[in-house]
Amino acid sequence: MAQSKQHESKPHLVEEWVGKVYTALCILFLVVTIFSMVYFVASKGLTTFFKDKVNVIDLLTGIKWNPGGDPPLFGALPFIFGSFSTSILAAVIAAPLAFCAAVFMIEIAPKFGRKYLQPVIELLAGIPSVVYGFVGLSVIVPLFRDIFPGQGIGIAAGALVLSVMILPTITTIATDALASLPSGLKEGSYALGSTRWQTIYRIVLPTMLPALMTGVVLGIARAFGEALAVQMVIGNAPHIPGSLFESTSTLTSAITLSMGNTVMGSTHNNALWSLALILMTMTFVFVFIVRWLERRSKI
Amino acid sequence: MHEIGLSAKNLYVSYNDKPAVKNVSLDFASKQVTALIGPSGCGKSTFLRSLNRMNDTIPGAKVTGEIWIGDENINSPKTDVVSLRQKIGMVWQRPNPFHKSIYENIAFGPRYHGIKNKKKLDEIVEESLKKAALWNETKDRLHTSALALSGGQQQRLCIARSIAVKPSIILMDEPASALDPVSTAKIEELITELKQEYCIIIVTHNMQQAARISEKTAFFLMGDLVEYDSTDKMFTDPQKKQTSDYISGRFG
Repeated sequence: MAQSKQHESKPHLVEEWVGKVYTALCILFLVVTIFSMVYFVASKGLTTFFKDKVNVIDLLTGIKWNPGGDPPLFGALPFIFGSFSTSILAAVIAAPLAFCAAVFMIEIAPKFGRKYLQPVIELLAGIPSVVYGFVGLSVIVPLFRDIFPGQGIGIAAGALVLSVMILPTITTIATDALASLPSGLKEGSYALGSTRWQTIYRIVLPTMLPALMTGVVLGIARAFGEALAVQMVIGNAPHIPGSLFESTSTLTSAITLSMGNTVMGSTHNNALWSLALILMTMTFVFVFIVRWLERRSKI
Repeated sequence: MHEIGLSAKNLYVSYNDKPAVKNVSLDFASKQVTALIGPSGCGKSTFLRSLNRMNDTIPGAKVTGEIWIGDENINSPKTDVVSLRQKIGMVWQRPNPFHKSIYENIAFGPRYHGIKNKKKLDEIVEESLKKAALWNETKDRLHTSALALSGGQQQRLCIARSIAVKPSIILMDEPASALDPVSTAKIEELITELKQEYCIIIVTHNMQQAARISEKTAFFLMGDLVEYDSTDKMFTDPQKKQTSDYISGRFG
């Protein structure tokens, strides 16, 4: 008996060892990839400051961008402003819609919502961004051009296109959040004589607020990183616009538009890497905000 | 004889056409504790939930029959469920405080029934917490989160919360089954205290608890009301064989 046990235990040990090593290698690969990307972007992006002697403050606050000109100008504020204003405005448009959609799907019509509405909304997430951009360019931009002064391109068009793109992200997270409401809270509220609307407004939404905000921040993060669709409708003029309907640019669109036209290692190219570094840093900030919100929502 | 607080007549409850409570008629005296006992799935909780129309919120649930409070049949479609639930408080097995401060938990109900005056709300909060024997433990931390309270304290908060809307009847669905013995003793003490003012109907799995705190006991089995009598009589001299089998632990 004891002998056979000894016999069996060996292949188990090998299996255990192979499993451990394999999973460890996978995680090592992931970590190395992420660290090398961070290192690469950082080293390239920081060259602007160390080799080309551009002041960090000047880059972050300057409003004139012409790195290939004479003298070269490195004011990235218009891009930073464009990125923030489009993504935050997109979240402002999308969040209330997403919350209401989630409330409808979970609280008002759970059967119909889960079966038909949720798949439709998730479908939105699968549409390629170039399609969104194209629709924005051929529908939203002409519409804005007719209604508002200006060319129709700008922050408003960009934010509107982005809001549709991030709607599925926020809705999905909000739906999951509402579905995970601790049991008994709704009954507790009903039993005190609240109506359904009072229960949703006073109990369901406030209780799940941190989780809902997680969805909003993830939506903003996605909008912040989106390049193509925004680039197609925003106009790409590197200055801070005076209205929502004036051509401007974002970090992502500035990078995608010029990356192919600059020589690797040139001042202009390095400046674009600095924009990428700002973008990446902001993404990290968003991730940290999400982590913080998630910690808060676990009471 | 005590005044009748609530009376169910020929109550029949089904979930998706499967009967859960069959033709039960029961009178509950005010200022008394009535215990509903029986094995799991016997329909006692379902019956309790019908009394304040909580089954309305469950899709597929159907409740027929009459439930009388005074001269009003509250199981009629014309009944205003919102004001009805103001008359009937409810406490669940697991404490379910809202994710708000202790004060806000209590003030939640009264505020929705139109009390906006801050002083009046303060009074209600204090009075409700005192009645639920929670005032001394919480008076210095009224505006801190209710979730920081212990399980037993949370359950007493839930009782205080239901008292705050000034009901005449309180339904309790195994209010102590998720609590430790010390907290359970406190809840039982509280129930004995509260029955001087309210008609209390309590579902319990704990036979000793039913014997300790209730005046009358109803025994349910498979959706039927088997026996209903004074608690003393039920536990010493039950009339039906099923009752004595259940009480003496021969099944269930």
